[in-house]
Amino acid sequence: MLWVNLAGLLSIVLIVYWFWLSRPRSKKVTTGTAIEILVENGVYTPARITVGVGHPVTLRFIRKDVSPCAEQVIFHGLGKSETLEVGRPNEITLQVAQAGEYRFTCQMQMYQGTLVVTP
Amino acid sequence: MSQPIRLSISGMSCAGCVGTVENALRAVDGVDEANVNFAEHTAMVKGSVAANQLINAVKQAGYDAAELAGEEAEQQKEEVEFAYYRGLIRKTIVAALVGVPLMIGMYGLFPMLHDPHGQSFWLVVGMITLGVMVYSGGHFYTGAWKSFRNHNANMDTLIGLGTGTAWVFSMLITLWPEIVPSEARHVYFEAAVLIIAFINLGGALEMRARGKTSQAIKRLIGLQPKTARVMRDGVEQDVPISEVGLGETLRVRPGERIPVDGVLIDGHSNVDESMLSGEPVPIEKRAGDEVSAGTINASGTFLFRSTRIGRDTVLAQIIEMVRTAQASKPEIGRLVDKVASVFVPSVLIIAVITFLIWINLGPEPRISYALVATMTVLIIACPCALGLATPISIMVGVGKAAEFGVLIRNGEALQLAGRLTTIVLDKTGTITAGHPEVISVIPAPGQDASTLLLLAASVEAGSEHPLAEAIVSKARQNQLTLIKAEKFEAITAHGVGAVLAGQAVWLGNQRLMSREGVDTANLTSEAERIALLGQTPMFVAQGNLLIGIIGVADPIKTDSAAAIEHLHRLGLKVVMITGDNRATAAAVAKQVGVDEVIAEVLPQDKANKIEALQARGDIVAMVGDGINDAPALARANVGFAIGTGTDVAIESADVTLMRGSLFGVVDAITISKATVRNIKQNLFGAFIYNTVGIPLAAGILYPVLGILLNPLIAGAAMAMSSVTVVSNANRLRLFKARR
Repeated sequence: MLWVNLAGLLSIVLIVYWFWLSRPRSKKVTTGTAIEILVENGVYTPARITVGVGHPVTLRFIRKDVSPCAEQVIFHGLGKSETLEVGRPNEITLQVAQAGEYRFTCQMQMYQGTLVVTP
Repeated sequence: MSQPIRLSISGMSCAGCVGTVENALRAVDGVDEANVNFAEHTAMVKGSVAANQLINAVKQAGYDAAELAGEEAEQQKEEVEFAYYRGLIRKTIVAALVGVPLMIGMYGLFPMLHDPHGQSFWLVVGMITLGVMVYSGGHFYTGAWKSFRNHNANMDTLIGLGTGTAWVFSMLITLWPEIVPSEARHVYFEAAVLIIAFINLGGALEMRARGKTSQAIKRLIGLQPKTARVMRDGVEQDVPISEVGLGETLRVRPGERIPVDGVLIDGHSNVDESMLSGEPVPIEKRAGDEVSAGTINASGTFLFRSTRIGRDTVLAQIIEMVRTAQASKPEIGRLVDKVASVFVPSVLIIAVITFLIWINLGPEPRISYALVATMTVLIIACPCALGLATPISIMVGVGKAAEFGVLIRNGEALQLAGRLTTIVLDKTGTITAGHPEVISVIPAPGQDASTLLLLAASVEAGSEHPLAEAIVSKARQNQLTLIKAEKFEAITAHGVGAVLAGQAVWLGNQRLMSREGVDTANLTSEAERIALLGQTPMFVAQGNLLIGIIGVADPIKTDSAAAIEHLHRLGLKVVMITGDNRATAAAVAKQVGVDEVIAEVLPQDKANKIEALQARGDIVAMVGDGINDAPALARANVGFAIGTGTDVAIESADVTLMRGSLFGVVDAITISKATVRNIKQNLFGAFIYNTVGIPLAAGILYPVLGILLNPLIAGAAMAMSSVTVVSNANRLRLFKARR
């Protein structure tokens, strides 16, 4: 029983570490290039994108998931959203003036991504 | 595979151009295939690429291109969605066909694990179940794994873990029954497949319901015609809408939609603008009048010149504003955002804690109880209902409002509009029509009405004031020939003066008359009388001799009083603000029934008056024309810009009313309240569902009542929770505007 309890506690620590403390690798974008984001199987790939402050960045969403969950992408804190059409590229161009982390999600927030704007 | 993109190509003069365009298209990164049809002047491009990249490539090659979205794309989209829906139903049926007999068989029809051949029987069942789980629920497991790799957890994680645990445990005790006490040797294959069936069914139902939530924006997009009839070199030709340029002449025939915004140059007609403004009566259009894209030409044929195309048309601006608003969130939804972002990992932790509590403190067989409770916690938690609660209601509410000409800028405005206590209405153009008319012409004793009007109109001919326009227009109606005015001067806050045939003529208020030494005693009581009727009295004097008074009034809109009565019924205090004199303002106020009047306010002071009301603790809305009242609209908690037809400055305020009626304000407030109420219901439902459901699933009632939730019930509840949220939001579509 001791081992079961230890395994349980360890899994709690792992959940906290994996989902809250560690971050997926970020894709860095240089100005003027478009980055392709695949919308499929409940995840944006890549889900973390780094861009310099004030630099325009074009995100090209390719939605392969037909479920309504994937239909919209909302950029929290930037007042921007887009309805994603299935199977065709949907481009959103952003130019963020303030450094910080901006989440982008579907309406239900099951799809989650982060736009990291570095100074 | 991406959907192909169809382009309309212009500028190709010979078959040789086909190769150039095709090569230009094929050179674009991501293009798999590009074919140009010279006869149709179209190109079909396949690959992972955006239309604007293709258009740029064609332009660089020396031609022009535009995307042909058309009905085909819409039809394809519907086909894809329907195929997905059918897929979900098929997966549900397959899972149910295996799950239901399994569940029935559990009641003594199937052998137990320890029976002879029991183990091999369940091994076969386990393999069949695995096949069904892969077919019907494969997308959950793929999603769960991909999310995990992305340091993310979502609904797939919960379903994947819940059903996966059930199957793995069942398979383990089928293979090695001795690892658990004999009373715990119970398999859960049926639960795994039936949960998948329920969740697929829920997904399919939700998809059907979701289609309705975006109807409003689809309807607006559908208003845009695909082609336009343009006059080029004296010849009429149909061209794709994207090829219409500025300043081109277009023809619109009866029953057709107007393709772009413009000014009518020849012909006249009645145009149905109800789809944009909510105004039910068609508007008469003559040469010089503006026409808007998406509205319907009801009767005559006419020519017009394009003035706004593409993203600049009123229709495009409305679509953009509605889209932006639909994606925005009011304060009420922000807390949920925070909860939703940490929800799934929290549920995973709760599931682990549940397992540990049951395995340490639960009754025997502990492993069975621990497993069932953990599985139920994972399955019952519904992050989707929580995440959907706010945006889905905003989407339906804002879309519905747009259908009757109420454009709400964002969720914040919507939430505040539902909490207003006081509404300030500008008088001119808001309560009244904004077009003053001469109502009374009262000559002084011994003077003649015609001369009075002639002198007044001749002086005012040089002024641009709306009151002046009314007097000049009245004189023209009476076919008076105006006298040429010299030395025209406008005296601020007093009136105007000019020299007519060598004699000074003054027109203005009592202060001007006193300044010029004119005795007004004869007509003072008349002036007071007409002021009480809501007219603005203006004295007219020749030299220092009083000629008479002209009473000008701005007629009150026919439905203003009724709309104000409705605002009262909504519990709002209604205040009228105006630059007019107190007597005139009071008369108008009495006719329409406002609670308070703020008169003789200079335009620049309106914002201060709003601030004073806010200082009393009121949540204040200001309703004005959006141009002259801009500072007051900005200062108010919610600014309403009211327009007539489609000439209103969209985006000038928090809420834009496309029709001139004050009932637009009533509609905006009513639908805002209804939407906020809907969001609260959804949030309450989703929060209660999760905060009650998760502890129930964890077995909180077991120590007291001996009840533990069945994981199948949890699956059904989870499947229905987001369908319920979407269906509740869809109720907002039933909202009806007041005419």
